[in-house]
Amino acid sequence: MKLIFEKSIPGRGQDIFPACDVPEKLPKKDMLRKAKVNLPEISENEMGRHYTALAKRAHGVNDGFYPLGSCTMKHNPRINEKMANLPGFAKLHPLQPAHTVQGANELITELEEFLCEITGMDGVTFSPAAGAHGEFTGLLLIKAYHHDRGEAERNEILVPDAAHGTNPASATMAGYKSVTIKSNENGTVDLDDLKAHLGPKTAGLMLTNPNTVGLFDPNIMEITKLVHEAGGLCYYDGANLNAVIGIVRPADIGFDVIHMNLHKTFSTPHGGGGPGSGPCAYKDFLAPFAPGLTCKDGKEYKRAEKSIGNMTGFYGNFLVNVKAYTYLLTIGKDVATLAQNAVLNANYMQEKLKDIYPIAFDTTCMHEFVIGMDPIYRKTHVSALDVAKALLDYGIHPPTIYFPLIVHEALMIEPTETETKETLDEAIQAFREIYDKIFNAPDSVQQAPQTTPVLRLDDTKAAREPHLRYTFD
Amino acid sequence: MIDPKELKYSRDDEWVRYDGDAVYVGITDYAQSELGDLVFVNLPEVDDEVIAGEALGDVESVKAVADVISPISGVVLEVNEELLDDASLINSDPYGSWFVKVGNVSEEVELLTADEYDAYRG
Amino acid sequence: MGTFIPNTKEEQIKMLKEIGYKDFDDLFKVIPDAAKVKGELKLPEGLSEIEVDRKVQGLANKNVVFRSIFRGAGAYNHYVPSAVDAIANKEEFLTAYTPYQAEISQGILQSIFEYQTMIAEITGMDIANASLYDGASAAAEACWMCKDRKHSTIYVSGAIDERILEVIKTYSFGRENKVELIPAKDGVTDKDALKKALEADDEAACFLMQYPNFFGVVEDAEELCKITQGAGAKFIMYCQPLALGLLKNPGEIGADIAVGEGQPLGLGLEFGGPYLGFLSTKEENMRSIPGRLIGETVDTRGERGFVLTIQAREQHIRREKASSNVCSNEAWCALRAGIYLSTIGPKGFEDVAKLCSSKAHYMAEELDKIGMKLCFEGEFWNEFATTCPDADKLLKALEDKGILGGLKFSCCGCEDAKEDCILWCCTELNTKEDIDEVIAVAKEVF
Repeated sequence: MKLIFEKSIPGRGQDIFPACDVPEKLPKKDMLRKAKVNLPEISENEMGRHYTALAKRAHGVNDGFYPLGSCTMKHNPRINEKMANLPGFAKLHPLQPAHTVQGANELITELEEFLCEITGMDGVTFSPAAGAHGEFTGLLLIKAYHHDRGEAERNEILVPDAAHGTNPASATMAGYKSVTIKSNENGTVDLDDLKAHLGPKTAGLMLTNPNTVGLFDPNIMEITKLVHEAGGLCYYDGANLNAVIGIVRPADIGFDVIHMNLHKTFSTPHGGGGPGSGPCAYKDFLAPFAPGLTCKDGKEYKRAEKSIGNMTGFYGNFLVNVKAYTYLLTIGKDVATLAQNAVLNANYMQEKLKDIYPIAFDTTCMHEFVIGMDPIYRKTHVSALDVAKALLDYGIHPPTIYFPLIVHEALMIEPTETETKETLDEAIQAFREIYDKIFNAPDSVQQAPQTTPVLRLDDTKAAREPHLRYTFD
Repeated sequence: MIDPKELKYSRDDEWVRYDGDAVYVGITDYAQSELGDLVFVNLPEVDDEVIAGEALGDVESVKAVADVISPISGVVLEVNEELLDDASLINSDPYGSWFVKVGNVSEEVELLTADEYDAYRG
Repeated sequence: MGTFIPNTKEEQIKMLKEIGYKDFDDLFKVIPDAAKVKGELKLPEGLSEIEVDRKVQGLANKNVVFRSIFRGAGAYNHYVPSAVDAIANKEEFLTAYTPYQAEISQGILQSIFEYQTMIAEITGMDIANASLYDGASAAAEACWMCKDRKHSTIYVSGAIDERILEVIKTYSFGRENKVELIPAKDGVTDKDALKKALEADDEAACFLMQYPNFFGVVEDAEELCKITQGAGAKFIMYCQPLALGLLKNPGEIGADIAVGEGQPLGLGLEFGGPYLGFLSTKEENMRSIPGRLIGETVDTRGERGFVLTIQAREQHIRREKASSNVCSNEAWCALRAGIYLSTIGPKGFEDVAKLCSSKAHYMAEELDKIGMKLCFEGEFWNEFATTCPDADKLLKALEDKGILGGLKFSCCGCEDAKEDCILWCCTELNTKEDIDEVIAVAKEVF
């Protein structure tokens, strides 16, 4: 398909701007641009068709099943969008006087209360714009806390080997050395390895729970206790909160700080890769370090006493927060039903596939489970990637592949609670048919997909000969 | 052409070739085939110190990155800038694609002969 | 109560039984009892859609939507063409995620590739990334890109928006590098101070300036660039993207990195977010770019296609050695920017910049006539600072008429420190009548 630049014809365009109603006055000439800027010259109709064609080449939750592990691709309710687009929110200038944004600040205050109740924490900062940004924020709170107590020598963050890549990367960004903790044979934290790495240098532990193989760590309270005894703090990576919302509160099991991905658990759309929102909730003793300005009394914006600063220019992704608030108003106190059905759907699929696909850790999973394709790959040379690509021809978005790293040839499946039994059954059927093909017609799996707008793309060429923009003649 | 039989090997899949007082270091055929199509290398700078058993740089494939563990301690005399432009050379000629030339060699990890390495990875 | 769970309670029980569980308690017995919530969470009863709609509308109605806005300072009231909302709200775009599976994500990938091209074009740079969270965080990431083993100090102009500076400082608290402020003098960066500072510091990594700066002044970027690069540091320009319709772009100036807040490109005011951080640079810096990059390639039949590329820089592969932990970009906001720039085209890009400039100059002249003098002599584009005998009084009078006046700020550069200062902003949405109305209100007040 053509790029929009290839559809551009000089002289075409759209009339948006009026004639100037005041005398033209520009900065002095030697400050003005001489360079040509190539932007598309295209009519509204042609442009509309271009983007419609692009939309048809995209797959969203609305197009079909999207069991992308760790990403919680649940349904995005329309009411959320409608509320966020209300002029009373969408047309507010961030620097309007506080008394003119009472409703906006009331909404944020109430959302904070909801999220505190859900996590058991005491306060929330909405400054972070995404999950990884929330992790970074949480670690900076931990750092500020230790520095404030004169314990700047605590410079290690413990991260289990099953963690999302963002965890160690966030630790590095926060100036910490990340220390990897091994998983045991059950796929959860190895307590002995944890104990061996705890000490006077421990600033904290980052834990994803349920972890990335979809397991709830049975020793979780022991783990947080050990970290606290060593003088460290416990960070809860809330990426997988959908599994336990309403059932377990991170603060109750010993965590001090958590980020949440509102675009996962709280149903705000992913937008092709953002904007998300990654509010960070914390216990009271971390409140003095919270970032950003908040207006809780409706009168003035205040900054925490020893604030770490700010993560975004204003107050984070406010409109995304409006969507999450709308969602929570809808669900209300029945939030546990989200976790129940997310976990049920995952176990249903796991149970119906485990006779043929090797399950990485064959036990009751939480909201997601991991297939380890390694034994099948060794026999057939059909890889996790091949299975993923074969699913495309069934109109299913593939699971997350090659993650977590501790499982070879991983396929990580997270159905979410908003899928029907029929959808799950169809997906199970697709997985089973692919399994048959792996043994009977492996080529057809290795050459999949065949029905998509493009076939398998050459990633190596893309990386070896980077071509990151269109080049104009 | 370089005869792989003449080289020494580390258990981290690097090869070492002696050239007077200096040594050349690269990664083995086994390592490049495990990593798949390589797209980029990160190399140290001339005059950097490298330490036996620690990373001296890394190699990137499309979806993975692996440290290149230095089999020796010493000072970098030269880096192979050709690899910075075209990492695929490592795939096509792993034993001709040296990463660094190191001098002032003070220490080395336990190195294997070609036969020993073949047995180790075979 | 509302729910988006499709399976009925009966179906749920049936599914549970089918896979060997009595009920949900049985399913959740893998979680230790001690870890579980006792009793019910203190959350309100769930609501139906109509009730939710009513309640949230009620909150929206408590806010004041100004009919006329003369405030900028980092968030700009530009026109959003109808096509932007209509197209961006297609649910295929809205409900997709990061395009990990290229074969069914060509729409998202191509839209970002086009966005990368447009950002590179308007900034005059070689390449751009797929976007970052917002302008301020993009600025912090840009500073970090310039760090190498020998250069780590970040220099920032004192004429920059303090909100950007704050985010840079926050990131630097984490990454543990020094941030030094070069003071502003008469509304612009003090060049001599910059020169002195950079010359005395072997470890200077970069200097970041805002263009136009916080006070609206268009600084002599070429000179600042020369000083910075002459001292071996990298030059970063934080730009208002629509100003580049008129002003020399970072490429012409010779900057190493251009970043900025993409909000003016088809995003609303949105009470501060979600916005769009853009970042573009010279080709030689490709591998130190944070965040997603989309590249062109071919499929097995040789057809052109697009993929996420040079991923080994990123956190999911490089983990603790990644240069940044960024994984989400602001793809949907970038999509809006792409549609916006396609809508206005090269001519609109220039026209809108001229409209903003002309209106701001008209307003400045009118304010001058009633004694509200420009604080600074430098050239400006669409924002400018003036004195005001009593800013609170004027802004209140404007507010009573549904007008959001400029931003009161403390400025130390004015001749008469007894006066307040206001930072005004005009866009293509401010008509001559709107401007005249502000002048009329000011005349009434003073």
